Amino acid sequence: MSKEVKKLEIMKTALNLFAQNGFYTTTIADIAKEMEMSVGNMYNYFHSKESLAKELLIYTSKIFGDEIKKINDMNVSTEEKIKEIVKLYFNMAKEEPELVDYFMRVYLSNKEIFSNGCEGMLCVSAFVTEIMIFFEEGVKKKELKNQDFFAAFGLFMGYIGGLAFLFREGILGKNLDEYIEPVSENIYNALKA
Amino acid sequence: MHSKPKVFWIDAVGCNGCSHSFFNYPEIKELLNKVELLYHPLLPSPEFKVQKSDILIIEGALKTTYFPRLDFNLVELISELVKLSKKVILLGTCSVYGGMFGEGVLFNKQKEGKFFEFKEKMIALPGCPPHPEWIAYVIEMLVENKNILLDKENRPKEIYSYTSHMGCLRNEYFEWKIDALDFGTKEGCLFYLQGCQGPFTHSSCNRILWNEVNSKPRAGTPCFGCTEKEFPKKNLFKTETFMGIPADIPLGVSKRAYLTIAGIAKSLKNDRLNKRLIDENN
Repeated sequence: MSKEVKKLEIMKTALNLFAQNGFYTTTIADIAKEMEMSVGNMYNYFHSKESLAKELLIYTSKIFGDEIKKINDMNVSTEEKIKEIVKLYFNMAKEEPELVDYFMRVYLSNKEIFSNGCEGMLCVSAFVTEIMIFFEEGVKKKELKNQDFFAAFGLFMGYIGGLAFLFREGILGKNLDEYIEPVSENIYNALKA
Repeated sequence: MHSKPKVFWIDAVGCNGCSHSFFNYPEIKELLNKVELLYHPLLPSPEFKVQKSDILIIEGALKTTYFPRLDFNLVELISELVKLSKKVILLGTCSVYGGMFGEGVLFNKQKEGKFFEFKEKMIALPGCPPHPEWIAYVIEMLVENKNILLDKENRPKEIYSYTSHMGCLRNEYFEWKIDALDFGTKEGCLFYLQGCQGPFTHSSCNRILWNEVNSKPRAGTPCFGCTEKEFPKKNLFKTETFMGIPADIPLGVSKRAYLTIAGIAKSLKNDRLNKRLIDENN
């Protein structure tokens, strides 16, 4: 197994553990144990838990970014794209909850881990860039209102992130799929030109 | 001894600003001594008549409704003069693209213009106005019978391969995405808020300075993109944005690449430039 493949496996294992147990509770030893590796060998791949956390952030951001890019490249209306993004996010929250959990429970809740080397957009640019392109094209096509980027970004991502969080907490009364339609409609109504 | 090239300078629909720019060329006397001036609307010259020329300079835009001269309407007159000339310099954005006043000779904004078929003999010098050095460069090259490398729109590459962003003294602020928050400030980049079109405007304004000392962005005024097809746009002092993202981005990069690098530069924060360099209160 090449070093890169092994590294990716460590990242996926760490992603699960961080998402389940939190960053501080999870130790390098826990990750090594899960990987059936020695702790010493783990340091051949990542020199610290913080550096592993940062690489994971870049990794998860790229996964989201690549998927949103596919939606950006679709030849459909902005209203339709909103629905696709909501669907993508909710599907990930269901199928790969560790990705969403990592973003919300580790990255957004423990900013101090990322204060040196992941400031601002540095580690999440793959994702944020695609969201910017989505908004920009929507305004250009006169389908979305021209407004402050963060006012729109917060409304969109905060809303679907909140729903995914409630889902993961087991609070939602219905299946997450059933929220795709009404949530997409609400977002479109709030952002449309 | 060779005879001097014959130069015919005709004013179409315009403001004579290109002529006035040329009058600021420090060596104008020496340059004019190298040519035989058949006609110029403002300089002492022989009587206006349709005739052959080596270099025809057309300043201003086309309009068929313009008052007739020598019983020709403007388009007919230009047509006669173009046919009788060896080389044509289209002087100013009005002449090249239409600019403020009408249709250009070679282009009508984005489309081909009425005289596109004569492209082979035309040299386009857009600008409102073009810099005197640019005008002199082209005339000197033609007088010396030297080859001028032209781009696809027949602009001299030596002048228009660059953007007016190149050489701008505010480039360090552009690199770190630090905006000038107010009009007229010495510090900060004018691209994000103040309407500067420098990064996507073909010109040498910050390489060949105006009056040998300055340029608009250096003086605190945004580049208005005066050498471009769509000049003049509206709201010249405000950057057009879509959801906060500049509608036009620097030439040669994809929007995706630009947004990525811009986001990273902004995230890294340059502490030195984020505060005023020269602050009289601190």
